[in-house]
Amino acid sequence: MTEFFSSDLWTIYGLPFAFMMAHIGAIIGVVLLFVAYYTYFERKVMGAMQRRQGPNTVGPFGLLQPIADGIKLLSKETIVPTQSNGPVFVIAPMLLFTLALIAWAVIPVNAKWVLADINVGILYLFAVSSMGVYGVIMAGWASNSKYAFLGGLRSASQMVSYEVSMGLVIVCVLLCVGTLNLSEIITADRPTWVQILLFPMLIVFLISILAETNRAPFDLPEGESEITGGFMVEYSAMTFALFFLGEYANMILMSAMTVVLFLGGWLPPFGIEALAIVPGVIWFVLKTLLVMFFFIWTRATFPRYRYDQLMRLGWKIFLPFTLFYVVLVSGLLVYFDALP
Amino acid sequence: MAPTELLLNYLPILIFIGVAVVMSCAMLVLSFVSGKQNPDVNKNAAYECGFDAFDDARNKFDVRFYLVAILFIIFDLEIAFLFPWAISLSEIGMFGFWSMMIFLGVLTVGFIYEWNKGALEWE
Repeated sequence: MTEFFSSDLWTIYGLPFAFMMAHIGAIIGVVLLFVAYYTYFERKVMGAMQRRQGPNTVGPFGLLQPIADGIKLLSKETIVPTQSNGPVFVIAPMLLFTLALIAWAVIPVNAKWVLADINVGILYLFAVSSMGVYGVIMAGWASNSKYAFLGGLRSASQMVSYEVSMGLVIVCVLLCVGTLNLSEIITADRPTWVQILLFPMLIVFLISILAETNRAPFDLPEGESEITGGFMVEYSAMTFALFFLGEYANMILMSAMTVVLFLGGWLPPFGIEALAIVPGVIWFVLKTLLVMFFFIWTRATFPRYRYDQLMRLGWKIFLPFTLFYVVLVSGLLVYFDALP
Repeated sequence: MAPTELLLNYLPILIFIGVAVVMSCAMLVLSFVSGKQNPDVNKNAAYECGFDAFDDARNKFDVRFYLVAILFIIFDLEIAFLFPWAISLSEIGMFGFWSMMIFLGVLTVGFIYEWNKGALEWE
């Protein structure tokens, strides 16, 4: 056995592979932990905003509530409706959950702390996040239920509508940083006027990620008062839990994406050098938590949009505005010769 | 960067995808085994507020959903063109800048046309 551990086979292939697997395991573990406690965080914050207690029975301060919920969902009966297309019905939640996880492979949480430091990181993120629409439309179609069908259609067209403005916002940022690598996007030099110029894009991006993840006030696909849960209506037990986990993992992913694109990733806030003694990963998590809080805050504050209002905002306001902004940003950068 | 080195960058992602797929399968199977399965005709019927389903769910649907999908393809394709342009703008100079502006101008004309045609209206 000791011979094996000193052989070339182990030092060249085995050891890096073991590190890689440990890294993957750590990413999945941390993401799932964050997802579990994001649901707790959401219920507590919503409770506080509505002058309630939130979960407080299971464990101290209700801290074991997410675990209890998980065990409950695990022990429920898996229902596959007779009218549905079985395999597609089961694959849809798996697809959404897998996509929500694999996007984390390229997120840099600190300098050099990234699983795959690929040179087209933002393109990969954009591709993975747009594939989520397949899961939704597969679920809506395969369920063969009217509510699921309507919910799937609504959700799919909502997600593709806001993806266009999201893409244009990303192009605006790329113009200012001149790279597709996520770590380089964070460390790229941004003068103050560029940051001010990009601020409206941050607002558009924050609203678009709400629509992209089907969150309130754009939660029409799930709108329980009209279509009783949308594309998730026929799902139960772990198939439902995978949707749920995937949705929350996606929300955290979108928060991390906002942090990478606009809020400076692991760098200390406002460029204050003295704050650099705090490890970068702490700053990254704190900033991500801030955006995650924004998701809950909007949910507790705004009533649901109507579908025509949603489409109007996406196609008639955000699309022309972001398209104009791409021209504006590129024009200014070319005019002042400030291209990276 | 050598081609193999480039591909090696993507190996962790490939393995990650494998791990994630295996994990979601394992979670489904675990739940199927640990939960008590007790199927029933009514339980497995499509949900329609307690009634038997009236007809097939795959019915006619509003053509505007289809229209949105087509518009999305056009604009997403345009974004696919914008990505490399945004990265290389400092190298392609004024010629590259103005050719993209003309392209965006043509696209805007199309956008105005579809707006006037009412393709973006939802009553």
